[in-house]
Amino acid sequence: MLTYKVQPKGAVSPGISTCQGCMIDVIFRNVLEIMGDDTVLVVPPGCAAQFSGTGPEASVTVPGIQGNLENSAAIASGISNGFRHQGNKHTKVVVIAGDGGTVDIGIQSLSGAMERNEDILYICYDNEAYMNTGIQGSSSTPFAASTTTTPAGKPVNSKDLIQIVMAHHVPYAATASVANIPDLRRKVQKARDIEGCRVLHIMSPCPTGWGYPSAKTVEVAREAINCGAWVLLEYENGKLSLGRRPAALGEAEKYFGMQKRFKGASAEDIKSASAHFVERYEYLEKLSELC
Amino acid sequence: MPVKMFDGNGAAVEAIRLARPGVIAAYPITPQSSIAEHLADEVANGSIDAEYVRVESEHSAMSVSIGAQLTGVRVATATASVGLALMHEVCGVAAGCRVPIVMPVVNRSLVAPWSLWCDHSDTMAERDTGWLQFYCATVQEILDLTLCAYRISEHEEVLTPSMVCFDGFYLSHSMQRVDTPEDEEAWSFVGPYVRKNMYLDTKDVMFINDLCPTVEHTEMKYQQMMGFKRAAEVAKEVFAEYKQRFGRELHTVEKYMLDDADVAVVTIGSMSGTGKYVVNQLREKGVKAGLLRICMFRPFPAEEVREALRGVKVVGVVDRSSGLGAAQGPVCSEVKAALCGETGARVFGFTGGIAGRDISDGSFRKIFGELFDVYEGRADDCKAWFDVRDDAMSIREVDMPC
Repeated sequence: MLTYKVQPKGAVSPGISTCQGCMIDVIFRNVLEIMGDDTVLVVPPGCAAQFSGTGPEASVTVPGIQGNLENSAAIASGISNGFRHQGNKHTKVVVIAGDGGTVDIGIQSLSGAMERNEDILYICYDNEAYMNTGIQGSSSTPFAASTTTTPAGKPVNSKDLIQIVMAHHVPYAATASVANIPDLRRKVQKARDIEGCRVLHIMSPCPTGWGYPSAKTVEVAREAINCGAWVLLEYENGKLSLGRRPAALGEAEKYFGMQKRFKGASAEDIKSASAHFVERYEYLEKLSELC
Repeated sequence: MPVKMFDGNGAAVEAIRLARPGVIAAYPITPQSSIAEHLADEVANGSIDAEYVRVESEHSAMSVSIGAQLTGVRVATATASVGLALMHEVCGVAAGCRVPIVMPVVNRSLVAPWSLWCDHSDTMAERDTGWLQFYCATVQEILDLTLCAYRISEHEEVLTPSMVCFDGFYLSHSMQRVDTPEDEEAWSFVGPYVRKNMYLDTKDVMFINDLCPTVEHTEMKYQQMMGFKRAAEVAKEVFAEYKQRFGRELHTVEKYMLDDADVAVVTIGSMSGTGKYVVNQLREKGVKAGLLRICMFRPFPAEEVREALRGVKVVGVVDRSSGLGAAQGPVCSEVKAALCGETGARVFGFTGGIAGRDISDGSFRKIFGELFDVYEGRADDCKAWFDVRDDAMSIREVDMPC
């Protein structure tokens, strides 16, 4: 039974426990506002779990469970099937998990849930490393980024989650960014009204882990889109669609220069990353023209 | 009551069917696979009205089960061996969140080396995970104990999940006659699932299992411990009701020829029938041998063990798992702890039956032989491992020059 110390305006209490400049709370507020009260939340350990509450206190007004780092999609599958068996087709089941819990240790259970087309909305907020445990590298950490486990810069590119998701033929998947909240809200809204396994991959820059002033989160996220480090796209019923071609596609210097995690990147590294952004974008572009 | 023919896995499926689960999540693993298959059949042919979630691992099987049961439906899953080991992390979640899942576990050795065959290393490794554990001796008991486990686990003062353990192949694939209650008889005993503690409901909001501070964590564990204490009493109440309704006696421990026994073995699982057979043979020769079978291992029925073995002078405890590095195998450790300072009995641990090696009548005769040698003063100790090949130290990788 939930009792309120402070009556929140939306589904999230005022006063939050994230780092300054972190936009996880913006993601939570927007997602829960759109999904509504008839929503059950699953979060793995990580920044989102710290955010959702500790001990007897919760920061959200919807019911939820903190699972383990690797099984959010499986717990959500269980909840969804439990409701369906009881004739409850209205309650929405939403996962909000970080990149580590999604692309690394959680990829197996997510893959299973996507293949079975479970009726869940899986949201990955991607801050490109294990931030809650102290900035360790994940498979979402980009090439050349320094973390506490890639101190000399990560030698390989990040795993391409959205392409893995598309390979599972889910009814709806999209990327979004905290730099474009109206677009994010539209995609959450669309995902809400579709049945089956929906996946949203949201870039959420981390001032603590990426090394930029906490007031600059939106600017950094916007620059990621500008240079092609982050690509906004939608995948619906097998059809991939991209947004406008980024203005500065392949020009990674500015984006790298904004963040301390790329301080050790050489000119060669930046060139290599830029080429990767262009290659990836053009590959997705061709894919979008195919169907 | 109709008599049906089931193998052990079939009896587990029948008990699950009678308990009417709403969500089933299963992943196949030898020797459990036919449970996963038959549950799918029962859902497909409509004899179980459930969602069947074809999960991609045992870890997800338990995770799906936890999520589903928290919405207020009874769930079903089953596993064995490394599948249980993979579940270990989430078994603790089910226990700590007080989700009273009942899970048949078909005992099979843990790797390495790989083995498909029976021992108890899988469930013994889970003995402190916070689950009740029952060990079956017959196919009939698989059905009986599974039905009872729902009542015990789901009791509002217990709320602790159960593993119903039975020996791979010895029981899982052994076809036996099983007195089986009619659907309505069983349903009037098991009853519908009622959520009692934590649940996910948008009309009654709670956030389950978030980070628990040190100032409360000990108390949460204390609550679980109290659940186990109540489980010991509730099990006896449920067994008594089961006997009244269905006429079959179930035990936390089963005493066999112990009243005047000088020497006794303590057994667990399917080996027990063979042990009783050897006790009979010894009794025919006028030897005062007895047997105590552990039917419920968690909570461990220490008081009953003490009571049952009170007059026995020499006790041999047979462990079907290696208990590597321990002073004794897990069953022997418990028996010794139960008897410590309470009786003058000398207690010896025997390890064997590993990875499907048969514990034969010959094995028990040797064990009793060693125990009687101690009892009659001809020896002072017993060999801790039985039926070990003489060339144990020279097979495979160990056989190299050094």
